[in-house]
Amino acid sequence: MTIKENKSIKNQYLGVFQQIIKTQEIGVITILLAMGIFLTFMTKNFLTSTNIFNVLRQFSWIAITGFGAILVIISGGIDLSVGSIMSLAGLTTAISLKANIDLWPSILAGLAAGTCVGLLNGFLVSKAKLPAFIATIGTMSVARGLCYGLTNGFTIQGLPEAFTFFGRSDFSLFGLNIPLPVIIMFVLAGIVSLFLSRTVWGYWIYAHGGNEQATLLSGVNTGRIKILVYSLSGFMAAIGGILMTSRLGAATPVAALGYELDVVAAIFIGGASTSGGEGSILGVLIGAAIMQVLRNGLVLLGFPAYWQSAAIGVVIIVALSLDQYRKQRQH
Amino acid sequence: MLINQNSKPIIQLKKISKSFPGVQALNEIDFEVFGGEVVALVGENGAGKSTLMKIISGVYEPDAGEFFVDGNKIEHGGVKKAQDRGISIIYQEFTLAPNQTVSANIFLGKEPFLKGLLGKIGIVDSKYMYQKSKELLNQFGAHFSPNTIIRNLSVANQQMVEIAKSLSSKSKIVIMDEPTSSLGKEEVNVLFEIIRTLKSKGMGIIFITHRLEEVFEISDRIFVLRDGLFVKQMMTSEAMTDNLISLMVGRKLDRTSLKTKSHATNEIILEARNLSRGKVLKNVSFNVKKGEIFGICGLVGAGRTETARALFGADGLDYGDILIEGKKVKIGTPNDAVVEGIALVPENRQSQGLISKQSIVRNISLPSLNNLSRKKIVNQNTLNKIANNYIKLLNIKAQSHNQKVLFLSGGNQQKVVIAKWLASNPKILILDEPTRGIDVGAKAEIYSIMNDLATQGIGIIMISSEMPEILMMSDRIMVMCEGKITGILTKEEATQDKIMAYACGQA
Repeated sequence: MTIKENKSIKNQYLGVFQQIIKTQEIGVITILLAMGIFLTFMTKNFLTSTNIFNVLRQFSWIAITGFGAILVIISGGIDLSVGSIMSLAGLTTAISLKANIDLWPSILAGLAAGTCVGLLNGFLVSKAKLPAFIATIGTMSVARGLCYGLTNGFTIQGLPEAFTFFGRSDFSLFGLNIPLPVIIMFVLAGIVSLFLSRTVWGYWIYAHGGNEQATLLSGVNTGRIKILVYSLSGFMAAIGGILMTSRLGAATPVAALGYELDVVAAIFIGGASTSGGEGSILGVLIGAAIMQVLRNGLVLLGFPAYWQSAAIGVVIIVALSLDQYRKQRQH
Repeated sequence: MLINQNSKPIIQLKKISKSFPGVQALNEIDFEVFGGEVVALVGENGAGKSTLMKIISGVYEPDAGEFFVDGNKIEHGGVKKAQDRGISIIYQEFTLAPNQTVSANIFLGKEPFLKGLLGKIGIVDSKYMYQKSKELLNQFGAHFSPNTIIRNLSVANQQMVEIAKSLSSKSKIVIMDEPTSSLGKEEVNVLFEIIRTLKSKGMGIIFITHRLEEVFEISDRIFVLRDGLFVKQMMTSEAMTDNLISLMVGRKLDRTSLKTKSHATNEIILEARNLSRGKVLKNVSFNVKKGEIFGICGLVGAGRTETARALFGADGLDYGDILIEGKKVKIGTPNDAVVEGIALVPENRQSQGLISKQSIVRNISLPSLNNLSRKKIVNQNTLNKIANNYIKLLNIKAQSHNQKVLFLSGGNQQKVVIAKWLASNPKILILDEPTRGIDVGAKAEIYSIMNDLATQGIGIIMISSEMPEILMMSDRIMVMCEGKITGILTKEEATQDKIMAYACGQA
């Protein structure tokens, strides 16, 4: 009797263990943990609440933007305009605030600007049938151009405290002071996760990326899915951009320059498939965390900042190679 | 010994075994091929045909047994080595580069270089390639230039290129794995001519197919495998269809019982009026009754699939009306069709019917997600229950509803496609080549599913290139040719000859 019970408990544990091993993200989680352990032993300051929360805050807007961009990638597309959208949304909000428009309408204006660019991407891809790469590279340039044009290249400074509150304040929880952007990131992660895993729309997005033709022939309106994912991508990028602007307290036309590559890298490190149909929000979080921990670690270890880009590139390639190896072994 | 026209076999396998984790794919198989003969290799899916071919073509190394080529024992040496020994394989899926010319494809990977310095730096002798390709194609009676771009060729012509590509001057054995699965009747005849040409040159041909009538038409000898075991081999002239089927499936298959009586009512469920689109559909008008199985046949390019796609809203129409239960409906997209109760099991299940990296449950629920959700929130338990219901109902062999459809056999994949449409409660089910590339046992199951659906009053449209199945299953048969209807026959009137005559526009 007891032996049997023991066995079943053991099996149960074994089952849980196997489940964990089979989890898509296990590879990158291991890499993140290994990096964390290494830095904890090699540096004095890595494992302090201040440093950890700093790291979390620094990647929060990348991750939040990633929560939107991954919807596009799961659906089988790509969105390269998110960096420009972050900048444009932050700038729109900043300009509105400077024009003495109230806080919330200003934020709404920023969100609307981002969503509009996303909507435009959606129409270009679904109606004008442009390849996603081409369409979003075009809008990337257009949105960035708007940033320069609207500001004549100048930085907008002196944003009101009511606005910088979002990016700069902490939230007390269990005796820890957690930065507000981090809280927002986790809440959004939960919402988008549920959207992907529990709603009809989420099912359709995965199906669309898995086989667009079969999805269309299953009676799903694939054009609407495209418009939806690009719009949501624009919307989430706007949230990321506004939070980033709030933290910086200023909006410059060169803000978030090149961030689209960080976002896309985070998504692919997190296990999304370049051909669509696969990927998760947890993956985006881990992917963004790996890149930021690496940056932070290089600084703490005293490496010159000029080497960061090369190091990040190497990590992306190594992480994805390991993941590819793991996937092939599963088959 | 069965063959005595040529005393020595070109290839000979002795007691070849091969196992994969959990399966004994081949068990002590003796197999030989002589020059100048066509050996048909038959068996259900999973019988071990592909494994045997992959051993012969050098993809797999056998676990045990001996392999002789021209009487010499050889060691496993990979695909390249096998090619050098004169063994060519033509795969089921085409391996052509669609944007390149015919001659570039034929010489892919073995391009001849110009003589002299230009050749040394890698300049290709395109003139030689052109001429040599032309010679090869002429042998097969091909009428297209070696400069044609592959994607502008018909499927049958592409296959000709595929064959020309895999043959070399050294070829002695040619393996063809289901070469006819995407061909129409006419094109199959062209292929058979090619096979006869190769045969007359003394090559040995191994031919794999699910279509038994082709086995009888082209092969000299039949080799039957079942569950990795040798069952029987016989001369084709001595074989009988029913006997062969029971050898393959290991049970008696009563063909007459598959369709006993018609379930057609007098109530018209679907009516098409003057469906027209460009040159592919010209004033196509017909109706389908509740509980009827309505067959559509014709040669490739006759407009069968186009008719199905038009009814399903996948292609736009220039003009024409669709009526369901007497009411005119507007079907502009597949979404409209699904809402009106029309379902389409498409011609190509891999590229159009399934999301192969997703689970069975996700595939089955896809068309009916809206109806299975409340306020767009999906209840996973409901989906699982429905999927498991259909797994049982249609006898889908799978580990669980969470298994990816990628890992299912062809027949089970097709059942998943059917299940996904049954879950949406259609009034009209269109099946485009529902039994293509699936084994005899699974075919019989699909026929019985169709009969069940007909008794439930669903109107069924069945498109098929396989004459016996059309004749057996259909209550009425519509024959098309070049986008037009050339005849609609009742079950009693229909014969193979009549259908063929209508299909060629001869009647």
